[in-house]
Amino acid sequence: MSDIGKMVAQRLGLGLLTLFVVSLIIFLGVELLPGDIAQEILGQAATEETVAAFRRELGLNLPPHERYIAWLVNLLQGDFGKSLANKREISELLDVRLWNTLFLAAVAAVISVPLALTLGILAALYRNSIFDRAVNIMTLSSISFPEFFVAYILILFLAVNLGVFPSISNISEELSFGERVYRCILPALTLTLVVVAHMMRMTRAAIINLLASPYIEMARLKGLKPGRIIVKHALPNALAPIINVVAINLAYLVVGVVIVEVVFVYPGLGQLLVDSVSKRDIPVVQACSLVFAMTYILLNLLADVLSILSNPRLLHPR
Amino acid sequence: MKKIDEMKKLVLAGRLSRRDFVAAAAAFGVSAVTATSMLSGPAMAAPKKGGKMRVGLGHGSTTDSLDPATFENLYSQVLGSALRNNLMEIDSNGKLVPELAESYTVSDDARVWNFKLRQGVEFHNGKSLDAGDVIASINHHRGKDSKSAAKKLLEPITEMKADGKSNVVISLKNGNADFPFIVSDYHVAIMPAKDGAVDWKSGTGTGAFSLGSYEPGVRASLKRNPNFYKAGQGHFDEAELITIADVAARTNALTTGEIDAMDRVDLKTAHLLKRRKGINIVETSGTQHYTFTMRCDTPPFDNNDVRLALKYAINREAILKTVLKGHGVLGNDHPIGRSNIYHAGSLPQRSYDVDKAKFHLKKAGMSNLKVDLSAADAAFAGAVDAAVLYKEHAAPAGININVVREPNDGYWSAVWMKKPWCAVYWGGRPTEDWMFSTAYSADAAWNDSFWKHDRFNELLLKARSELDENARRKMYVEMQTIVANEGGVLVPMFANYVMGLSDKVKHNEMAANWSMDGFKCLERWWFG
Repeated sequence: MSDIGKMVAQRLGLGLLTLFVVSLIIFLGVELLPGDIAQEILGQAATEETVAAFRRELGLNLPPHERYIAWLVNLLQGDFGKSLANKREISELLDVRLWNTLFLAAVAAVISVPLALTLGILAALYRNSIFDRAVNIMTLSSISFPEFFVAYILILFLAVNLGVFPSISNISEELSFGERVYRCILPALTLTLVVVAHMMRMTRAAIINLLASPYIEMARLKGLKPGRIIVKHALPNALAPIINVVAINLAYLVVGVVIVEVVFVYPGLGQLLVDSVSKRDIPVVQACSLVFAMTYILLNLLADVLSILSNPRLLHPR
Repeated sequence: MKKIDEMKKLVLAGRLSRRDFVAAAAAFGVSAVTATSMLSGPAMAAPKKGGKMRVGLGHGSTTDSLDPATFENLYSQVLGSALRNNLMEIDSNGKLVPELAESYTVSDDARVWNFKLRQGVEFHNGKSLDAGDVIASINHHRGKDSKSAAKKLLEPITEMKADGKSNVVISLKNGNADFPFIVSDYHVAIMPAKDGAVDWKSGTGTGAFSLGSYEPGVRASLKRNPNFYKAGQGHFDEAELITIADVAARTNALTTGEIDAMDRVDLKTAHLLKRRKGINIVETSGTQHYTFTMRCDTPPFDNNDVRLALKYAINREAILKTVLKGHGVLGNDHPIGRSNIYHAGSLPQRSYDVDKAKFHLKKAGMSNLKVDLSAADAAFAGAVDAAVLYKEHAAPAGININVVREPNDGYWSAVWMKKPWCAVYWGGRPTEDWMFSTAYSADAAWNDSFWKHDRFNELLLKARSELDENARRKMYVEMQTIVANEGGVLVPMFANYVMGLSDKVKHNEMAANWSMDGFKCLERWWFG
């Protein structure tokens, strides 16, 4: 187990380095965009004097490297800083938004992961049957449509025509857990339709890959039922690639949902990031990007650890 | 009857008094009682109290704040107008009336204004309104460190002093007969002050609603102010303002009953939404206009004949019909709308005329012209489409317009007032002087056509301090004529504000000065 501990430590170290590079790239990227927060907020109403006063107030008249270093020093002390636009503490802002995003991702994951794995296993079991083809066609077509289109279709049928779910996810903190889930169902279903295909196809492929192995042949010759062969014999060995693809999709559920957030008016991190980029609110952009980058790093690390636990040989690549 | 309808519109636009209307209607054989009832809008039943109003707006961003100095979108404007009030307001008929002021007096040269404050008005936190709050609220926009969009507007103020607790005396550098309009601007809202500094963070004001919670870019929830001083206003028990940026999501929310009202209906589907049961489409035609602005300091736009050729080469009707689906009125190359008091209605409407365009081009010494026109949907929704249509209209006159699609992001800092010719939108201003001194006078910060016209600038100063109505009208009509014939701005159309309301929502005649009943939907509307 100490080998895994060493790997985790090493990966976390590399992760920190990645975060540093990400923050640098994001900072430079936003700096390169035309205009700054003073001009973007004042918009058509900007004059040279008011823009200058705005910049003085925010300290934007300092050179970029000084602002970056000041930000980094604060961050190392655990302070994300304040939003330039309205002086709100970023940690507070992130708190609510991150929780909302994770909540939606969790609801979507609870629906999509078991669904995808079950469909994948069944498709592998009944491969090349009508069932297999139907599942493939359905999941592949739902992934092929743009997300907003899937969302509009769901809204049309489930909200406008049948009226069973609300068309916008108007959530607030005082809602009960059940009410929150109810209001999240449509965006969660949309995300489910978008991510199921990838995980399902991977599960199916990983299992079918193994079915030609001699030990499966042996199991079959022993007279085991196909279902038992797949679940007990093939699946454990196929776990590593499945875990990896599940991790990538979970990360996507956290970081890639801005369009779904807009369509369903869901107050998550994506919307925060888009607003902040368009107004050049650099500290908020930085904080959001770091959270997103961290999500990828941690989920990938988790996937690797789980893969290794399921198949220790992966720790010693040839 | 058609004539009467026309007159009714004039009354609503504030250009005909109610008394004149009744008299004129009598000439058509309509009794005074009937005539008065004709003026009361479609939903004039006595307002009822109660209910929770939910409004979905297409604006609002996580970066918004409650500081009126940086208000820039409809969300902040509607929220601010529910929380706070001004010294003066523009009522639903477009007339300027006192709000937190009770009355005002002015010196003969229109230079010194004395506002008497209304007695017994309290802020949401129980503090009584006094002159100090008013002075601090106006000072919030002035001075070296001001980042306020209203800074320019309030620059002419030389001195402000309190005369007792309930009088504010404001002195201006030069006379301005329209000054009371300026203090009705949404930036200049009155907030409670402490030691000369205003508190904008809490959202405390004197408005019809007090702030419960506010999450910028998401929602604000409001409660009725039980001590609201205006009789017969502020009917909802609670209100919620929700940002719904996507127009399809906004429309769905309205049709499924998640919200009770929305702004900016999708013009392409407005006719379908209108057919749906339980939903009313309401539109008002005010001062919002779209322009193609040329920089008069940059060739070839420094030649007035080139500008005229371009003004004749556009088919306004076609663009109004295609881009706005008819939800607007034709523009006549000046920024003064029909709801403005001194609108030059006698000025002939400029129309599409290829021969005249060719004539002016020839006069400028050219047989053909190739120009770039920068546009993006950030300028106004449909700007790129309008520019492409324009390109087709102009081609027969030998004018080759190259439409440059600019990015929406950063449009106002990188394109507007930088590129020689670009699409622009103006929310419009309530008075002629305000509009002209914002974007047409030679020293205006937003003189986006970089236009300098001596006679125009002279008239602007003269008209500003003139208190005689007729003399002012003559001057403003002449100025509109000058802008139309010699200015650098092509105004193809004025756009209506188109809103969707559930049929539960009732309202009086709707103000045309801004969207959502002059931003005051929460204060003025009720549930029937």
